[in-house]
Amino acid sequence: MSGFPAYFWERRAEIAALTGQHVVLVLVSTALAVAIGLPLGIALTRRPKLAKPVLAAASVIQTVPSLALFGFLIPLPLLGGIGARTAVTALVVYALLPILRNTYAGITSVDPATVEAATGLGMTRGERLRLVELPLALPVVLAGVRIAAVVSVGLAAIAAAIGAGGLGVLIYRGIATVDNRLILAGALPAALLALVVDGALGWLERRDSSWRTP
Amino acid sequence: MSTTAIEFQSVTKIFAGRAALDGFTLAIGAGETVALIGPSGCGKTTALKLVNRLLEADGGAVRVLGKDVRSEDAVALRRRLGYVIQEGGLFPHWSVAENVAAVPRLLGWPVADRRRRADELLAMVGLPPGEFAARRPRELSGGQRQRVGVARALAADPPIVLMDEPFGALDPIARTALQREFLEWKRRLGKAVLLVTHDLREAFRLADRIAVIDRGRVRQAGTRAELERSPADAFVRDFVEQGMA
Repeated sequence: MSGFPAYFWERRAEIAALTGQHVVLVLVSTALAVAIGLPLGIALTRRPKLAKPVLAAASVIQTVPSLALFGFLIPLPLLGGIGARTAVTALVVYALLPILRNTYAGITSVDPATVEAATGLGMTRGERLRLVELPLALPVVLAGVRIAAVVSVGLAAIAAAIGAGGLGVLIYRGIATVDNRLILAGALPAALLALVVDGALGWLERRDSSWRTP
Repeated sequence: MSTTAIEFQSVTKIFAGRAALDGFTLAIGAGETVALIGPSGCGKTTALKLVNRLLEADGGAVRVLGKDVRSEDAVALRRRLGYVIQEGGLFPHWSVAENVAAVPRLLGWPVADRRRRADELLAMVGLPPGEFAARRPRELSGGQRQRVGVARALAADPPIVLMDEPFGALDPIARTALQREFLEWKRRLGKAVLLVTHDLREAFRLADRIAVIDRGRVRQAGTRAELERSPADAFVRDFVEQGMA
């Protein structure tokens, strides 16, 4: 382990580039998962009968080992193949469940008396959603996004196996050459990235819920 | 212009095969306060919610200012009716002033008008705006929250106010204070008020007339004196005796 900082420093340009790729994978996939999961979660609260099967299906998908899912996606047209696009598809699939589930749970856990007050005062469904339900569900929704993003940081490392780039490249190379320093050069920034993402979204969550604990 | 604010005409409401309201008939005049009272499950809250269409009648008609509520857009109707619920039902993520100005906001009033109206109403319900406008509902006592709930209901100056157990969750001191102020507001504003309560003393104190309800029907509607002196049947007599015991 001696001389690791120097070893790391020598490879700083490559590590920085791969970290950049990693961040892009996580950001793009989390953003897409929010774009799909949030409206879908809202739709489920309007059709409670669908909620159970849809959430169950999303949970089942979650149990597929990520490496296998990457493999399954390779032969698919449009979404699959080799490279970052396939990785993003898989990461979106994994990020979807926490966002979907928390959106649903967040909105359905809003106090029914508050919802009825909103309706009774004359809010339309859209106004009720925008002014009352979503703001009150936001801390729970954000907690889901946070889980999704942190999980994506770890999963994106595996995506190097299908040529998606990112910090996993260093880890796989380290495994192949039995070089712990190389593995660490990938794993350490990935762990730091996970901590940063967790901290940043956690801060947002706390800031948003400040009205709860004046 | 009709002098009837709210009219129930042989209204029926069925829940899961059971009639919550069955031939419910009652009229509330303009500027009049009528209390709906009866044992729990008698249908009093159901009747109230038919007025602002949180529930829909299965038979008969409910009219507000002479118009059948079913002929009106539910959202527009609700914005013209004040609505006070137990424990205020305030929006926890909004300030007190934002809560009070909720209906004006929905009606698209300019921000400055909303703010002025909220300050005016907060002052009226005994919460100096300088001290309370920016607070969150969590930072208020139960009685203060209920005052905000009343201010919110009055914000768009509705001719009719619906109150569902408005003071039910308060301690006796806060309740008495709010009841006293309610009579003051009523005198100043001259609104028609439909009030649901389970407390006969409160009904006698606040209402011009009291409708005693049992199993979805109005047994008798009248002033305190009428109910005490000439109860329509044994149920009303027992209810009044027990309520004042």
